[in-house]
Amino acid sequence: MDKTIITTLGLATIGAIYWFFFGTKEESRIVSDHWDIAVQGGYKPAAIRIPHGKPAAITFTRTDPNTCLEEVVMSDFKIKKFLPINTPVTIPLSPAKKGIYEIHCGMNMFHGKIVAV
Amino acid sequence: MKTSFPIIGMHCASCARLIERQMKKTPGVIDAAVNYGSEQASVEFDPTLCTVSTIAKSIESAGYKAIISSDRQKTPNDIKEEAKRTELADLKTKVIVSSILSILILLGSFPEWFPFVPPLLNNAYILLVLTSPVQFWVGWRFYQATWSGLKNRTASMDTLISVGTSAAFGFSLLTTLFSRQLAALGLPNIMYYDTAAVIITLILLGRFFEAKAKAHTSDAIKKLLHLQAKTARVVRNGEEINIPIKEVKIGDIIRVRPGEKIPVDGTITEGSSAIDESMVTGESMPVEKRSGEPVIGATMNKTGTFLFLSTKIGDETMLSRIVKMVSEAQSTRAPIQRLADVVSGYFVPIVLMLSVVTFLIWFDFGLPTQAFVNMIAVLIIACPCALGLATPTAIMVGTGRGAEYGVLIKDAAVLETAHKIDIAVFDKTGTLTRGKPSVTNIVPIGKTTENNLLILAASLEQGSEHALAEAIVLRAKKRKFHLSTMTTFESVAGHGVRGIVDGKPLTLGNRTFMKRESIPFTAHERTISTLESQGKTVMLLASGKQLLGLIAVADTLKDEAKEMVASLKKLHIETWMITGDHESTARAIAQQAGITHVLAGVLPQQKSDKIQELKQSGAHVVAFAGDGVNDAPALASADIGIAMGTGTDVAIESAGITLLNKDLRSIVTAVRLSKATLSIIKQNLFWAFAYNIVLVPVAAGLLYPITGWLLNPAIAAFAMAASSISVVGNSLRLKTASI
Repeated sequence: MDKTIITTLGLATIGAIYWFFFGTKEESRIVSDHWDIAVQGGYKPAAIRIPHGKPAAITFTRTDPNTCLEEVVMSDFKIKKFLPINTPVTIPLSPAKKGIYEIHCGMNMFHGKIVAV
Repeated sequence: MKTSFPIIGMHCASCARLIERQMKKTPGVIDAAVNYGSEQASVEFDPTLCTVSTIAKSIESAGYKAIISSDRQKTPNDIKEEAKRTELADLKTKVIVSSILSILILLGSFPEWFPFVPPLLNNAYILLVLTSPVQFWVGWRFYQATWSGLKNRTASMDTLISVGTSAAFGFSLLTTLFSRQLAALGLPNIMYYDTAAVIITLILLGRFFEAKAKAHTSDAIKKLLHLQAKTARVVRNGEEINIPIKEVKIGDIIRVRPGEKIPVDGTITEGSSAIDESMVTGESMPVEKRSGEPVIGATMNKTGTFLFLSTKIGDETMLSRIVKMVSEAQSTRAPIQRLADVVSGYFVPIVLMLSVVTFLIWFDFGLPTQAFVNMIAVLIIACPCALGLATPTAIMVGTGRGAEYGVLIKDAAVLETAHKIDIAVFDKTGTLTRGKPSVTNIVPIGKTTENNLLILAASLEQGSEHALAEAIVLRAKKRKFHLSTMTTFESVAGHGVRGIVDGKPLTLGNRTFMKRESIPFTAHERTISTLESQGKTVMLLASGKQLLGLIAVADTLKDEAKEMVASLKKLHIETWMITGDHESTARAIAQQAGITHVLAGVLPQQKSDKIQELKQSGAHVVAFAGDGVNDAPALASADIGIAMGTGTDVAIESAGITLLNKDLRSIVTAVRLSKATLSIIKQNLFWAFAYNIVLVPVAAGLLYPITGWLLNPAIAAFAMAASSISVVGNSLRLKTASI
């Protein structure tokens, strides 16, 4: 009986973990050339839309002391920036082509994306 | 009082208006203006009513940051360094406190192993008191990171640690508080305070060492930044004044004395000196520079005093561009990393699920107590950090090491591909050859000696500015000959020169000139033709109507070309030469260098087509080395474009690798560096993957049915900490690897 309960609970936990981390997350459809991304336990918003072929700027503000997030990397644009805590850092970008460009932390644990439309 | 300061955090012009309003609201501020473009605020205020720092505070309350005087001198790099120092100091304190407490907890948890420990330490409540600060003060960062991650539906390394240690701590807390009730339910009375404390201590110790080691991966950039001179001695209104380097303007005349650093890039206007450029170009020998020649900022003036005109300042200087290129390269991702990238995206949630599976299997089919311990071991041992660090740290050290040798690598992909090069194509002029003519043959005729012939020709040519004349004078000077005085001198365009040296009328020039002057030379026509067939320019020297000898001048092979070709052959790289010259001339140079394949008579615009053809013929990885602007298409179409020297931007922009020292042997260095970096990356990725693939199942107890092996969570913590450090440490080996 104990085993049945524990096993059921365990399987439910696995399902919950799967849903929590891999379930579909909402994405904003707004297109803007200025974005503020809060760096706290990841990137908020994690997906942003910017117009292609025009200069845009993203301001990152890290409030999370986790050193994992202290660097933001956008390899497609050859950008790697140190984000001092509680200090906004603005990064100008101008994606020439439409597409998805990745944002991630220095250790590649946290991910976000820039969709150039 | 008026002041101005930079503002960071603005992202549109309306931010500027907002800050203006915010400043104007501050009591004491008379007027305020913010320029969005220059990110500067200028403010007029009454110092009796407010201070700059109160204004800065009010700006901060609006969500922006004013950089006031104390911060103003700090570069982003300084801010980063400072943050790193604070972090290391904080980690150090926590590691020390946590280690002391953990030792006490460990001693108290195992009375059977440590019978000498006072019984008080074995008390569960005492252990609870000792563990709590470790769990919640030292380990607070893990909770913070987990919580902010969960809010975002993401998980990291810290999630695993906080879940693992909280499970150990929570279960022990229950046992401490409700031991009787648990016993009545038939649950074992076991405590894991030691596990929680030791895990946190070891992981933190690992982070401490990792942070220290990681700081060294960017040493190359730091070194480059430190090269910059702080001040410049500028001549203004006839006076020499020392000014900070930031205030130097284009067009300033700057004096540099022996032993001083050259502050910015420019051109010498007066004086000459030997300049050590090794710090920027990797070229080890000091270079002689005279009036009209360019100097590079941050290089060291050795012997002479000179004045120079500044031509490039700030971000435009060579040093700034090098720093920019290196840091850009370090931010790119190597294609080899792709798998690690994909895995790291799913890693933590999968480990979380695996830990529950481990628990269930052990609970249902094994020992319930072991189910708990193994679950914690799985959470703790999994190390996504090693996977994340494997490639970038090696790329950082690799590109940095390249910069030290004067080899600038554009991005990680180039560094990864360079070791696969199997065909290297070289442009002839300026790449394989010096690009400047020099004397190759001196053929005296009759009673004239070789030395005499050279002295006479050089004495006559000392007044000429022609490139061929320069080659002859240079050769005479190299042999330390004393040149005779020349009285009259005349240059005949397209023909040669004539003049009187030591009272003798001399004529030096080509065949046409000799014919015009009716000087017989046909007896030597064969020698002349042979020299010309080798791509040399032949000049004839006559005294009166008598021919004294021939001097052949040609663009010669660089000294190191032969050695470079031989080294490339050893690396199984086929060498090709491409040139617009005639076949025979091209072959002569190629033969000297040891190059077997020659593409002659190729027009500049055809070079890139030829490179394409080579690439397609048998799926070769082709490198092309060139220097001129017209080489840009070929540089871009090659798999790896190698631009020579400090050349202009077009070539450097199109190239994957730039050899700042112009030394051909650096191509070999680049290939070796790529090989070394790749092998480090492969080792790192192998270990990072193998570590997780092997140890996660071991922690789950997969080997238990066969060998009886289980992994203690504390040992798992040690292994996990060691894995990240070993990856960073392995990458740092590149700093000393022989290349």
